[in-house]
Amino acid sequence: MSDLNTAMTERYRSSFLKEVEANVEEGEWVKMCMQCGVCAGSCPLGNAWEHTPQKLFMMIRAGKREAVLSSDAMWMCTSCYNCIARCPRGLPITHIMHGLAHYAKRLGLSPKNQPTQQFAQIFWDNLMKKGRVNELKLGLSMYFKDGFGQGIKNAMANQKLGQNMMKAKRMSAMELFGGHSIKDTSGLQKMIKKAQEIEDAKIQGNS
Amino acid sequence: MSDEKKFAGYICTGCGIGDRLDPSQLESIATREGKMQSCKQHEMLCNSEGVQMIRDDIANDAVTHVMIAACSRRAKVEAFNFTDVALTRANLREGVIWVRPDADEHQETTQEMADDYVRMACAELRSMSKPASSGEQQLNKTIMVVGGGITGMTAAIEAAAAGYPAHIIEKSGALGGQAADYIKSIPTRSPYSEPQDTGVAAMIASIEANDLITVHLNSTVAKTAGAPGRFSVDIATESGAVVTETFGAIIQATGFNLYDPSGLMQFGYSSSPDIITNGELEKLVKASNGGPIKRPSDGKEVKAVAFVQNVGQSSTEKGQLSYHSGIGDLIAIKQAMYFKAQNGDCDTTILFNNLRTPGAAGEDFYRAGQEKMVTFSKGEVSEVVAGDSLEVKFKDLILDEETSMQADLVVLDVGMMPNSGPDPYAVPMVIDEDAEKTEEAEVKAPTVTVDSILNLDYRQGTDLPHLKNGFTDSHFICFPYETRRTGIYAAGPLRRPMDMRQAQDDAAGAAMKAIQAAENAGKGMAAHPRAGDLSFPKFRMDGCTQCKRCTVECPFGAINEDEKGYPMFNESRCRRCGTCMGACPVRVISFENYSVETVNQQIKNVEVPEEFDEKPRILVLACENDAYPALDQAAMNGVEINPWARVIPVRCLGSVSLSWITDSLNSGYDGIVLMGCAKGDDYQCHFVRGSAMAHERMGKVGDTLSSLNLEPERVVVYEVAITDVERAPKLINDMAETVEKIGLSPFKF
Amino acid sequence: MAKKEVSFYPGCSSQTGASSSNMMRATQTMCDELDITLNEIPDWNCCGASIGYGGGGELPRLTLSARNIALSEQHNPGQDMVATCAACWLSTREAKERLHEDQNMFRDANTALNEANLKLNNQTPVRHMVEVLIEDIGFEAIRAKVKKPLEGLKIASYVGCQTNRPFGIAEESFENPVYLDHLIDSVGAESIPTYEKKVQCCGGALAFSEPEKSQEMIHGIIEAAYDHGADLIATPCPLCQANVEIYQDQINARFGSKFNMPVVYYSQLMSVAFGRNSKDSALDGQIIRAKSLEDIAGK
Repeated sequence: MSDLNTAMTERYRSSFLKEVEANVEEGEWVKMCMQCGVCAGSCPLGNAWEHTPQKLFMMIRAGKREAVLSSDAMWMCTSCYNCIARCPRGLPITHIMHGLAHYAKRLGLSPKNQPTQQFAQIFWDNLMKKGRVNELKLGLSMYFKDGFGQGIKNAMANQKLGQNMMKAKRMSAMELFGGHSIKDTSGLQKMIKKAQEIEDAKIQGNS
Repeated sequence: MSDEKKFAGYICTGCGIGDRLDPSQLESIATREGKMQSCKQHEMLCNSEGVQMIRDDIANDAVTHVMIAACSRRAKVEAFNFTDVALTRANLREGVIWVRPDADEHQETTQEMADDYVRMACAELRSMSKPASSGEQQLNKTIMVVGGGITGMTAAIEAAAAGYPAHIIEKSGALGGQAADYIKSIPTRSPYSEPQDTGVAAMIASIEANDLITVHLNSTVAKTAGAPGRFSVDIATESGAVVTETFGAIIQATGFNLYDPSGLMQFGYSSSPDIITNGELEKLVKASNGGPIKRPSDGKEVKAVAFVQNVGQSSTEKGQLSYHSGIGDLIAIKQAMYFKAQNGDCDTTILFNNLRTPGAAGEDFYRAGQEKMVTFSKGEVSEVVAGDSLEVKFKDLILDEETSMQADLVVLDVGMMPNSGPDPYAVPMVIDEDAEKTEEAEVKAPTVTVDSILNLDYRQGTDLPHLKNGFTDSHFICFPYETRRTGIYAAGPLRRPMDMRQAQDDAAGAAMKAIQAAENAGKGMAAHPRAGDLSFPKFRMDGCTQCKRCTVECPFGAINEDEKGYPMFNESRCRRCGTCMGACPVRVISFENYSVETVNQQIKNVEVPEEFDEKPRILVLACENDAYPALDQAAMNGVEINPWARVIPVRCLGSVSLSWITDSLNSGYDGIVLMGCAKGDDYQCHFVRGSAMAHERMGKVGDTLSSLNLEPERVVVYEVAITDVERAPKLINDMAETVEKIGLSPFKF
Repeated sequence: MAKKEVSFYPGCSSQTGASSSNMMRATQTMCDELDITLNEIPDWNCCGASIGYGGGGELPRLTLSARNIALSEQHNPGQDMVATCAACWLSTREAKERLHEDQNMFRDANTALNEANLKLNNQTPVRHMVEVLIEDIGFEAIRAKVKKPLEGLKIASYVGCQTNRPFGIAEESFENPVYLDHLIDSVGAESIPTYEKKVQCCGGALAFSEPEKSQEMIHGIIEAAYDHGADLIATPCPLCQANVEIYQDQINARFGSKFNMPVVYYSQLMSVAFGRNSKDSALDGQIIRAKSLEDIAGK
């Protein structure tokens, strides 16, 4: 993906804003931010970020490409949609955050080992296998993302939680063996592959 | 009509007056003490039957003076509008029954209040005569407009559209003013997304085609003499020729100048031809003739432009403007669009701290700028460094960091300064011209023009008085167009910073006011706020000491002096506030229906009980514009007022004669409350300076009190607003408490 | 009451052995009582949820939801597509609207769908079960169905984020939606309209990846319910329910609190109030048992 990054840097040398407009979900809204800061004050994880949406938008306009795309701020989005509900300019801020996160990841610039980023990928891979999410495998993958040893530790720490869930029949060991699935997995996979191709071509075409 | 006076009283018994008071006693007071030749009661005097009764008496019985004892003089004014007679009102409803509790133990004092108000009204009426204009009045429908910019052109077009001829006096060689240099203007129509045509060319064409409008180019006003209805103006052309024209009213629309940023070294205005003001940018773009916009230094096409906002404005620094012009950010958006229209890739950055986009277009136009990829950066510019590429150093206020950007051209958003003539009051007026000149007042903010624009032949200076920062003084809330020179209206950025659209609205308003002033002057009637008043000040020459207090203290510069130093009142310049009357130490100035005597008679005819009765009397002199209506409103709300109070409305506190104070103290009043409007920079006084003058004059009452051996707290002066509905009655009631504390006046007879 | 048929989108968590299988059971009970037939969309897939953006780009994610809408249109024509999960509803409705506004995206999504031999018309309303209850059934009809009013129970309505924003329920405010309070009142319990954490975020998917930060927020949500004297917290959202209920042990360990607050679905409240037993009302699916509800259900 760093090839894509190089291509993009070349193409949009003069304007990171234009790059965002062309390649980031809802990116054409970034220029409409009026810097009031309501989003920053409305974010439940506002104190956990380095860059508020307001700042990210300003940085995009100031051409701070590297700082924006390597920021962990977008990955702190809980998708609570509070910023969208409150933005006086009607910017779809949540989607822009998702879009920026995805684009940074696509270019290989997002922060390494960022837990939400890892979880997001695990989630996507999980759902792509059977067309439906396998919660047990999802949980275990997350526990074991940092290796076997850490995985055991994590699993032990959450052992009671797991037992409780099993007892309440809200978790099933059977899920480890096959588990729920849609029938037309191949159709779904082909469909998503096609969608990805279309999207990739669009971004490549922009380069 | 013969000169014989015939007095008739009318007592209304409606609205509870008849139930709460003894009307027959009031009637007998009116006839026996008040010397009304007739007095009638009516159960609802303001109905058509009651009004007809009065009308019939005026027509059939030759009644010349009418006393109506009913509601406040501010109520039922349409019904009790008898223009052919002298009229007075005794306020029994708001003044008495509505402010007193309806209980037996209060009956006696309530009736005493009513009795006194009838006595006062009758006494006032006896010293009044029916107002009639001076004979000085003239109707001249032609309006002079000074300044041929957007504002002046609009004023002339509006006046002409209403059928009033207009003359435009323009000092340059062409109409259009500053706007003639503009490419486009801020949009005034939905969707507010593109700059629009200025309309200047169309206006010039319509003026040229209008028979009612005469244009004097390359001309200035050499002298303005006379008064509304009969202004005589010498118009001087560059060649030296002078023509004299007469006008009914004048509109000054001399516009603005842009602040010169050369003194602000950090912006480097003098260090590079590529650092220009927003005004200069319009000319630069115009010169590009629709082609690429090129920078002045080397003609290179501008690929990056930075707009530095709020330069030398909203500042506390010396030599900068303390105010903000309000429209600079809209102008920057408009100008950024010039570049985007030429070249969509041109990097346009607006560096602002507080972005202000007021008006209908504001927010939409801002969004339109964003849509066109104009970059808005919240930043504080610290320095612009000249060079082949200009470096704009600024603090990014969102990212909280010092940074900089490169630009081919930097545009400075400088503020608008009024193009006013010199302020007559920049140096305090002195009564004796030979007396030592006072130190020159500190010059505030940068002033632009020192040359006179109107060259008024007035006792109080050559031009319109300023409020602050050179902007024309006017009553900003109640009648913004009225200046302190009757019949001369300021319009456009002379009054406050504004955009073209606002200036056009302003010009239309000023044109309407000018027409009204010309018409009023033709009838001898006053302008705002005593619109329609026919009375005007007269003076008794044999008593006048030529002290010039009246000519100096008139807030409107209405009074000139003749060669011997006697006042010349110029009826149509007068607002009828009576500040001259209050100023006159020898009491020779009076109006037909308002004089030292009409109030003195009211004061004297209040029955002051003897000391052992323990019924104090408190005189309240209340300004008719704010304090008196506040008291009326309090009455409507059922607020109680102390029964010792006797309220006399005055035209303005500025009209209060010191003799009223000394006379009432001498005749046994126990306390005096004066209520005027707010004074000072944020004044509310309808006559601008009246309240302030009264406060100054009352400063001297202390001497009178101490010479009479009376306590200083017996006389108080307050600033009261029309909204002080609770406070105004309380101030009166407070005085009653004060009197209770310090005891009754020893001057009872 | 007229019989109502909807095209039902249960979502992954509602499946047997999944984290909100209890919600599914109570939803089924509630719908039986209200005569709502749930026609499950055949072969529905995961919506991508709010965390899918990391791995999936915009078009792949929209296409996931487009497949569900297309299946609904194909198999349950003329029926409103209804979801009980906040994220399922949000993703689907978002996709529907985005594909409606952006014709290029609509065309691209159909190109991808074609790979699975599907076609999207995008004419189907996408609704939340709560909308069906409020708009189609109505509070009055719900009240009329109550056999065992939940008298004496004080219940904090925890609406959370995604049922409320950005779409929300018609006529409701984002800052203080009141429909859940009305539902609580309708089944005879006492709502807490001033419950200030009503729309506070629980961390959503970040409860997994950022447990410390999320549990701090969850702590506040539960604490405020205790402060108001709540016996229970009720929510419409499966992730809210799970996050607020299952981490209470860990939160207690982290913050030194002694929380033991049952967190239930509105559908469970209704099932009990409609006279159904604990099992039908899925009270056995609680990790923190809702004793007070069990008592009423057992009467």
